[in-house]
Amino acid sequence: MAADGVTARAHVLAPARLMAGPARRRVDWSGWIAHAILVVAVAMIAFPLYYAFVISTQTLDQVTSLPPKLLPSTNLFQNYADAWTRAHMGRLLLNSAIVAVAVAVGKISISLLSAFAIAYFNFRGKQFVFWMIFVTLMLPIPVRIVSTYQVVSVLGWVDSYWGLTVPLMASATGTFLFRQFFLTIPDSLAEAAQLDGAGPLRFLWSILLPLSKANIAALFVILFVYGWNEYLWPLMITNSPEMRTAVIGIESLVPRTSQLPEWNVAMAAAVMVLIPPVAVIVVMQRWFVKGLIETDK
Amino acid sequence: MKRTVFRNRWLPYVLVAPQVAITLVFFFWPAFDSLRLSLYRASPFGDRLIFIGLRNFERLVGDPAYLRSALTSFVFSFFVTFVGLALALLLASLANAKIQGLGVYRSLLLWPYGIAPAIAGIIWLFIFHPSYGILPWLLSFVTAYQFNWFLKGWVAMVLIVVAAIWKQFGYNLAFYLAGLQAIETSVLEAASVDGAGPIRRFFAITFPLLSPVTFFLFTLNMTFSFFDTFGLIHSVTQGGPGDATSILVYRAWKDGFDGLQLGLSAAQSVILMALVIVLTAFQFRYAEKKVTY
Amino acid sequence: MRALRQGCAGIVTLVVTLSVVAAPATSWAKTEIQFWHAMTAVLGERVKEIAAKFNATQNEYEVKAVHKGSYPETLNAAIAAYRAKQPPHIVQVFEVGTQTMLSSGAVFPVYQLMKDHGIAIDWNDLIAPVKSYYSTGGNLYSMAFNSSTPVLFYNKDLFKKAGLPDKPPATWDEVEAMAKKLQAAGAKCPSGSAWPSWVLVENMHALHDQPFADHGNGFDGLATALKVNGPFGVKMLELLARGAKEGWFSYNGRLNKAEAMMGGGECGIFLTSSAYMGNLTRASEGKFTWGTGPLPRMSGFPQGNSIIGGATLWVLKGAKPAEYKGVAQFFKYLASTENQAWWAGVTGYLPLTNAAVKAMEASGHFQKNPNQRTAIVQMNSGKTTPNSQGIRLGNFNSVRDAIEEQIENILSGKKTAKQGLDDAVAKSNEILKEFAALYK
Repeated sequence: MAADGVTARAHVLAPARLMAGPARRRVDWSGWIAHAILVVAVAMIAFPLYYAFVISTQTLDQVTSLPPKLLPSTNLFQNYADAWTRAHMGRLLLNSAIVAVAVAVGKISISLLSAFAIAYFNFRGKQFVFWMIFVTLMLPIPVRIVSTYQVVSVLGWVDSYWGLTVPLMASATGTFLFRQFFLTIPDSLAEAAQLDGAGPLRFLWSILLPLSKANIAALFVILFVYGWNEYLWPLMITNSPEMRTAVIGIESLVPRTSQLPEWNVAMAAAVMVLIPPVAVIVVMQRWFVKGLIETDK
Repeated sequence: MKRTVFRNRWLPYVLVAPQVAITLVFFFWPAFDSLRLSLYRASPFGDRLIFIGLRNFERLVGDPAYLRSALTSFVFSFFVTFVGLALALLLASLANAKIQGLGVYRSLLLWPYGIAPAIAGIIWLFIFHPSYGILPWLLSFVTAYQFNWFLKGWVAMVLIVVAAIWKQFGYNLAFYLAGLQAIETSVLEAASVDGAGPIRRFFAITFPLLSPVTFFLFTLNMTFSFFDTFGLIHSVTQGGPGDATSILVYRAWKDGFDGLQLGLSAAQSVILMALVIVLTAFQFRYAEKKVTY
Repeated sequence: MRALRQGCAGIVTLVVTLSVVAAPATSWAKTEIQFWHAMTAVLGERVKEIAAKFNATQNEYEVKAVHKGSYPETLNAAIAAYRAKQPPHIVQVFEVGTQTMLSSGAVFPVYQLMKDHGIAIDWNDLIAPVKSYYSTGGNLYSMAFNSSTPVLFYNKDLFKKAGLPDKPPATWDEVEAMAKKLQAAGAKCPSGSAWPSWVLVENMHALHDQPFADHGNGFDGLATALKVNGPFGVKMLELLARGAKEGWFSYNGRLNKAEAMMGGGECGIFLTSSAYMGNLTRASEGKFTWGTGPLPRMSGFPQGNSIIGGATLWVLKGAKPAEYKGVAQFFKYLASTENQAWWAGVTGYLPLTNAAVKAMEASGHFQKNPNQRTAIVQMNSGKTTPNSQGIRLGNFNSVRDAIEEQIENILSGKKTAKQGLDDAVAKSNEILKEFAALYK
């Protein structure tokens, strides 16, 4: 999870090497098999989502009838419109967006600053701060549920954007990632900056940040997805429907009890909710993969 | 390694202040409060707080339902981790050829990572629906057994295991693919020249070489299934039927927020904390002694 | 790089602006009364409606009805707010939270509220089960709002198909006989029930004048032991277990999950809250017809009465005296016969005063909606005894969970009725003792 883990993984996941020799001739045959298997894997992974999409286009009768139909139907607009209005999707998506962006930006900013301080300064209590940050890895939300709620309610932050975002903003992995990265930056840069009379903040802003672009992007993807998909925290901390995030808010559409089995509307809602984080992953996939390899949360 | 440091008295403190502040207020304070609250019997409105020492822990340890919940958590995590990794490794091995477009496949398999466990759960909930789900319908051609997860605990367990594995699958596969691609074929070739068949090669060489990846994924999947699957349980089974899918995290939340038994919930949080510490220490200890090869 | 920085700055600005803009606006003119509730969908609309109607009748106070999630979530929200010293004025709490509220020291009893403001309400006109459930020493502590009681629903079309007359069963023997015929005719759920603990244990005990817990079901002091594993309880569950095994009684989940089966037209005979009528009307429209009847009785046991479910409105301490005046006015408005009749008519909940019942009778409402009369008739024909005045337990939510877990074990055949009930009692007693220990 921290420095050594990162090194170990970087070692393990070194890029593939080209091989010469008789092995290559066999590759064509096994290449076809490999392609076939991967295609099947992709199809199987994609099927539930495809099926969910199909359901989200069906009418109520089609949903409850067997055998199941596997081609999209015609009720798409109606279902999505229904899901939008009934779950107040606009508000939910807005809340999720606010949480995702605020948490990502907040975590990145805060960990950048801390990592910078740890990597480039000697100060009393540095070791203590380092270990304190590390310990937070051992305190995921579920182990501090009730008490964090009490703390937040004492602050009066229950059911507010502050309560939704700030408590999620401390990130050990971000700090370690940036610290790790800063340690790989040649000393000469820092020396040159000092010689030029540039202060530390100037150095951070003009030199370190541009160099850290890739890491920042990587972290952004991971944290955006994390913030968007957070469930337990928003569930605890919000009560009013207008403060809920999307992953929780669509629960009211999931047919459970005495409602009609409107799975078509529920699936429409599910699709709407999963598109933004998946889109972020797809669009920023290069950084996402890098981010996965460098972090683990 | 010589490091250039900036000499500035107060700046570093300012820089770490936000993180320290948030960590203290939202991590340490609640953690200590959990520890403290776990030793009390607390009324919902906060008007009564009675010190009872370790009584909450005694209650938990002596409660068969809690022990069952712990077992459920381990069973769930075991299946998600073991089956998830095995499938990913199997697929990665079969697909491990020097082919073009591996990156494309990887992206196509990774995107479920962006789906919240709760959403994955809702989708699979419908697929498993006893009345109109496609899976029971398909199974009805094979057997007359009613796969009603409402009533049968093990079906509910299968449901959440499948949803969790599905979500994590691409992630596991991506790491294994990368790990396999990093293994030098020369080693494997040497072994096949020596007469070792593909299966032997796999277990004697590939698998051990993959152990850092396996270990990493193992810890990750265990942590994920213990803690991050709360949303899945809450939105799909609510711990049911009975308590068949009531994992430790869900129980802790339920006792605290539904049952308003704050001290008991805090005690459960403390136990979970101990568990995380063990997992983290375990991972760290192991990561220290890297596999050398 | 610059673009990234600017983008970030832009995003942060956007986020801050949105969070400020999105904060709810407060109205400055009138005194605001915060009313937190857990009603969703149509019922939620009705709550908004009645608050709006009250606001329109005067200029001093504005009641803001805020939906805070489910019943447990609403209660948690209120507790958190109370601890942060910003409680809502009114909070809707489900009936199982009654003891929690009473013991909390955080409530302003309704009878006191009304007395302080010189508003005379005829408490004696409240229908007996409602009055008894929420009163202590003859004084009402929380304002009755949405109460229901379980009744029997039956699918007329399935009855016809099975060759049964269009009449609901009155006893459990009849339920068994009819359900067997329904089963033979192919019904997926010949008989079933929602709210397993509330209907099959709590109400069945009250209906047959059997004690549910000690200390007079918690009315004479904090209950510490359940009594549901007595001969009646065991007999009841043994019957249902046999029904499940033989296939004429179908279990379909806790809470009101099973209602989906009734709404889907699969159930012949079904027991659930009278408040289900609204949803059932919508679900069955154009698909099947249904009727209602009183809960079935088991022969050989005395007559009691069914107990209520639903929620009431509690007033929390910590607000200003001027604001409490507004709360009192709102409650006076709610308690008026006209509004009671309206509310019960549009929601399907019980009209809470006898006067309201008479008004609805007079307006012909029950002629048009005969099913809504069933619950009232059932309550009026029962006998309110100490065992049927209600149930008041601390941590009742957890107790219900414990009972329902064992019901599932019994119905699935994992445990015998006696064993399951004994286990439920053991677990519940522990929960009750924990609560009682708080207030020794």
